[in-house]
Amino acid sequence: MSDHLSRRGFFAVAAAAAGAVIQDTVRAGRVYDPQRAGRAQSPITALDTDGRIQAIEKKLRCTCGCGLDIYTCRTTDFQCTYSPALHKDVLRLAGQGKTAQQILDEFVKQYGQVALMSPPREGFNLSAYYLPAIVILAAAVWLLWVLDRWTRERKAAAKASSTAPPDATPEELERLRRELDRLPG
Amino acid sequence: MSLLGHLSLWLAFMVGLWGTITGFAGGAQQRVDLQQSARNATFALFGALLVAVISLEIAIFRHDFSLQYVASRTSRNLPTFYLWSALYSGQEGSLLFWAAVLSLFGALTQLLTSRRHRAYLPYVAAVTSLVATFFVSVMLFAPANPFKQAAFTPLDGSGMNPQLQNPGMVFHPPMLYLGYISITIPFAFAIAALLTKKLDAEWLVAVRKWTIVSWLFLSIGLLIGMWWAYVELGWGGYWAWDPVENAALLPWLVMTAFLHSVMIQEKRGMLKKWNLALVIGAWLLSIFGTFLTRSGVIASVHSFTQSPVGFFFLGFLVVAAIASAIVYVNRLPLLEAEATLESVVSREASFLFNNLLLIGLAFSVLWGTLYPIISEWVQGVKVTYGPPTFNFVNIPLGLVLLLLTGIGPLIAWRRASTSNLRRQFALPVTVGIFTLLTLLVAGMRELGALLAFSLGAFVFGTVFQEFARGARARHRQYGESTAFAVLQLLSRNRRRYGGYIVHIGIVLLFVGFAGMAFKTETEATLRPGESAELKGSDGHLYTFTHLGISQYNALNRQVTAALLDVRRDGKAIGRLRTEKRQHVDAFGNNTFEPSTEVGIMSGLRVDLYVVLAGLVNGTEQAVFRFTINPLVWWVWFGGLVLVIGGLIVLWPGGTAVVVRGSKASSVQAGYAVKLEAER
Repeated sequence: MSDHLSRRGFFAVAAAAAGAVIQDTVRAGRVYDPQRAGRAQSPITALDTDGRIQAIEKKLRCTCGCGLDIYTCRTTDFQCTYSPALHKDVLRLAGQGKTAQQILDEFVKQYGQVALMSPPREGFNLSAYYLPAIVILAAAVWLLWVLDRWTRERKAAAKASSTAPPDATPEELERLRRELDRLPG
Repeated sequence: MSLLGHLSLWLAFMVGLWGTITGFAGGAQQRVDLQQSARNATFALFGALLVAVISLEIAIFRHDFSLQYVASRTSRNLPTFYLWSALYSGQEGSLLFWAAVLSLFGALTQLLTSRRHRAYLPYVAAVTSLVATFFVSVMLFAPANPFKQAAFTPLDGSGMNPQLQNPGMVFHPPMLYLGYISITIPFAFAIAALLTKKLDAEWLVAVRKWTIVSWLFLSIGLLIGMWWAYVELGWGGYWAWDPVENAALLPWLVMTAFLHSVMIQEKRGMLKKWNLALVIGAWLLSIFGTFLTRSGVIASVHSFTQSPVGFFFLGFLVVAAIASAIVYVNRLPLLEAEATLESVVSREASFLFNNLLLIGLAFSVLWGTLYPIISEWVQGVKVTYGPPTFNFVNIPLGLVLLLLTGIGPLIAWRRASTSNLRRQFALPVTVGIFTLLTLLVAGMRELGALLAFSLGAFVFGTVFQEFARGARARHRQYGESTAFAVLQLLSRNRRRYGGYIVHIGIVLLFVGFAGMAFKTETEATLRPGESAELKGSDGHLYTFTHLGISQYNALNRQVTAALLDVRRDGKAIGRLRTEKRQHVDAFGNNTFEPSTEVGIMSGLRVDLYVVLAGLVNGTEQAVFRFTINPLVWWVWFGGLVLVIGGLIVLWPGGTAVVVRGSKASSVQAGYAVKLEAER
């Protein structure tokens, strides 16, 4: 998928979207009390469901405080006024022919890095992505080393004890031998 | 009721303090009178807090809006079902609920703990009383008193947040709280073991059931929370890595690690330090989670509010962590292992790696949760650590953990020979590879999902093999039928085979999680009679036809409902209904902003998930969001299997587990020999 929405492509989609809105005639009757149904919605346009736009919006955080990305917020919290406005910003920037990365950069310029759903993979932020794996790998190597040391110490101790005289009287050893002889097999 | 509630809280505070002091003093001085007094204090504490809970419930049911809590959380027309849950739907009530349940657990511990472990009980009473007293003190001294009078008495209350008016929310918080709260009991025993210096495996025996109870409640709480998020929030998923979700996951991961490593201490007398650290860590994480939820320090949709209550918890957490660390470090010389590892290729070693990964995963989740704060401290830049980053970091770790879930049971205790390994791994590895190849041939290319399904098949193979071998052995020995032999295995060795059932639950959960990689979604504006089409990952084409909008009044809400006809490949399969709800008080005034009710048609392969976004120009023309979520049903079924497995493990009876005590005893290997003279 190209992350570049060309100016011509954008206007083609926008024209189709406008057509869809104009086509919205009066075939649907009015409901008894529209207020009950929450904030009035605009008809969905082809741009709203455009995969490239959605992909960009999934990388950007809504500023309403919900913690969701713009796409999820605008298609979930239909009372939110922030995500539709941010969606329009994305459409506007795409309409200017900006690439996905340029749109993300514009948002970072305006809102700071907090606008991105993931921190940029550079500098200290690399620790956000790789520190847990590095810590776990280091711990695994350390654990292997400890286990290896334990098992070697144990083997050495076992070897030493096997050469030592048994900690039992000759009578006890004889009784043990008798008992073992009684066992099947 | 307000006065009675107030008095009960004060009484609970004083009794709790008394129980704490007499418990610690009675334990330290070995004074039976003080020990008995501490024990009685736990019962009195429970009694006082029960009175406070009943007082608040009566105020809620009587619509006593002179209480600020009742006025801000309920309304006259709130359904009775949700009046019950109003007790814990807000900050103040949930603190009371927490303290009351903890006092109940504290009292039950005193009643149910075997005489064998009596030495621990004074300290256990002291710790449970101390923690409960802390919660009571937060209610009394922080602005969190559920019995606080309102400035004026309104004619009706503000009502309950619509998203909390869902059956999932009636059960999710108490289950999670029960999990959180019951961790205090193993923690109390751990502290008691440290203080009494009775650090053999006896304290583990005393807390084993409590640990599983905690883990089980946490599991149920997490699962119901996921279900609630899925059916209520409308974003089409069930886990968003929200800080508060993470806060509940952290102690669950640590408890899971403990439930595995405790077996090594029981069987081999190893990992004493580690097990104590895990229990203490799990409890501290439960308090940390409470701090996160109630401080508003990290943005979360779950947070109760930004309030100073959270910083009471932070203070308590710091003090408790320091105190626990001092006692723990002081006793380290007494915590030497009684045995050492014989081989790196052994079940002990595999459990150690399993523990490493579980704790690593907990660290990873904690790191991600706190990263926005850490980033601000270190680089002075606010960043978002959202679901994409959490998934990037944690999905690989989860898959490795799934692999270890299968490997652990296949390796023998102490030392595994090459032939043993070959015999054990042959079938499960074959099943895993066969699944991988089949999926590749079928065209699946999603790496995460491929690994999840293949590793899931591998783990399923290990569990199947364990059951098959056990049943075959019983069939040979006792002539039992296969079904009866399996039941006998479950009945006689509940811990082992119940654990395997839990593993199956985990596999099913991973299968469900992997399904989300194939989610499809679209939005559409439809007039009555118009349709939208969406292709599911199951290869079918689904058609949603808008049938119309209806509006009507229900008990405490005005409903706008959209009805849709659903067809699969042109064949009618049912109807879906999705709603907008405007909640109102008894006088018809709007209480909250309109909320959305999702329409879900759930199936084994896919869930059809429809959300009514709203209406266009006040007409029946409506905006919908359609999502097809594959395999979500398996998440709920997997959760159920996991809980059933946990219940089997918890069920009383079965074969007693030989616990390695302070004196030499070990896992039997070969014949048990008894000298004639000892008979």
